[in-house]
Amino acid sequence: MTLVYLMINGLQIGSIYALVALGYSMVYGIVKLINFAHGDIIMVGAYSTWYLMSRFSAPAWLAVTATIVMCSVLGVLIEKIAYKPLRKSDRLSLLVTAIGISLLLQNVAQLLFSANPRMFTNIFTGSVSIGERQFSNATTVTIAVSIVIMLLLTLLVKHTRMGKAMRAVSEDYETAQLMGINVNNTISFTFALGSGLAAVGAVFYCCSYSQIQPTMGSMLGLKAFVAAVLGGIGSMPGAMIGGLCIGIAESLTKGYISSQLTDAVVFGILIVVLLIKPSGMFGRRMNEKV
Amino acid sequence: MLKVENINVYYGAIHAVKNVSFEVAQGEIVTLIGANGAGKSTILKTVSGLLRSKGGRISFLNEEISSSEAYKLTQKGLSHVPEGRRIFQQLTVEENLEMGGYIRNNRENSRTIEDVYDRFPRIKERRRQIAGTLSGGEQQMLSLGRSLMSAPRLVMMDEPSMGLAPVLVEQIFSIIKELNEAGTTILLVEQNARMALSIAHRGYVLETGKITLEANAQALLNNNEVKRAYLGG
Ligand SMILES: Nc1ncnc2c1ncn2[C@@H]1O[C@H](COP(=O)(O)OP(=O)(O)O)[C@@H](O)[C@H]1O
Ligand SMILES: [Mg+2]
Repeated sequence: MTLVYLMINGLQIGSIYALVALGYSMVYGIVKLINFAHGDIIMVGAYSTWYLMSRFSAPAWLAVTATIVMCSVLGVLIEKIAYKPLRKSDRLSLLVTAIGISLLLQNVAQLLFSANPRMFTNIFTGSVSIGERQFSNATTVTIAVSIVIMLLLTLLVKHTRMGKAMRAVSEDYETAQLMGINVNNTISFTFALGSGLAAVGAVFYCCSYSQIQPTMGSMLGLKAFVAAVLGGIGSMPGAMIGGLCIGIAESLTKGYISSQLTDAVVFGILIVVLLIKPSGMFGRRMNEKV
Repeated sequence: MLKVENINVYYGAIHAVKNVSFEVAQGEIVTLIGANGAGKSTILKTVSGLLRSKGGRISFLNEEISSSEAYKLTQKGLSHVPEGRRIFQQLTVEENLEMGGYIRNNRENSRTIEDVYDRFPRIKERRRQIAGTLSGGEQQMLSLGRSLMSAPRLVMMDEPSMGLAPVLVEQIFSIIKELNEAGTTILLVEQNARMALSIAHRGYVLETGKITLEANAQALLNNNEVKRAYLGG
């Protein structure tokens, strides 16, 4: 029973990593950028939901919906303002810009809400008991909703016109333009989608771990990034499986070894992946163009 | 139909296309021949909006397109089959065709897909396959088929014979000829000058970024300089 309990908790945090990792992977796939500001979108999502609910007493569904929309718009704006002008520059300038945006978001949050942690009220209260163990509703909702979102996302990318355009642009954006695909719109859509997923991840995260603070996105983002690398950066199934694996690895470490070692295990996984198979579980070989 | 006037294209300090002008009339096959590095692909990319000319003017169907965005030109009826086929390797054969018809609706696409399959039966057999697994010849067929999906008025082809076995080259060229007879105007860029001139109406010779000769195809085939430089003596 302990194992099952740890697995379920692992799936819960793993689903959150997966949602966030999808954003890293989709954006990397389409603009070949490791968007270091992505983790901070989680933080923005957390503050936004908290603010709307605590200051305006907005109902949870409204706060969450508004947060998703706001994060999507923010993701699109960041791309348009900061990354798009650099599309033809070298990757390093882009990377440095992304780190700059990340710091900017953290500092603005600190300015607006101070560095003191705020308490987020769980919106999925209550729990269910399976056997002698209790599982909070936040856990079950997180896992169930994340799985549904991931299925829908898979269908979207596989079958819709926009999904196919996303795949075409990530493979060859010049040729995609020759097909009549508006590459700018496709990139914006990808950023909106990725940031929206991060917002959902933020809400789930806060429901289980109630403290929010301006730097909360760094660690969460970094772990989701490890998940994306483990799955194969650029691969969507990779991000999903990678996220779940990292979550389970963390939970098992916490349960069987020591909760102090979880971070070490996650980054240990990163090092092992980079040494053994840098393209990850589902990654394509880097030299795919002949 | 297409009129290019005095375009100049640079890659940084490299002046790759120098004051080039040419024209393609409705119904023609016009070929642009030249050695590797002469600037042929650069010219096609400039026409389709992937690169910009410094000065000059490009018009298509009497409309200036010099500063149009690349993705908008497909809608106007211009199609560009890029050098090296550039099919989407990770997409299926049919998804590649759907991308070719991105600007059209599903009903138009499913009809055109059938036309493409009729023209390229090999492609039809492989419709569910990942396009990266096709042979070179099949990929070229797919690339051509994909460009037809938008029902273009003018198709620009960049070295469709590159890297293909002679039988396949013959086949590709006879398809180009058929397409033209069915009403599609063609701008054909080739290093294989003999084949290109054998189906073209007119041709231009490009040398290190400059057009040095312009004549009808027969005259170019008989031109001594062309014979020496491009037809092997
Ligand atoms: N992306 C690029 N950057 C710099 N120089 C380029 C680039 N592409 C082509 N060139 C140069 O421009 C010239 C023309 O190239 P290109 O148009 O590809 O010729 P062709 O298609 O006739 O073989 C060549 O000298 C080539 O080296
Ligand atoms: Mg070329």
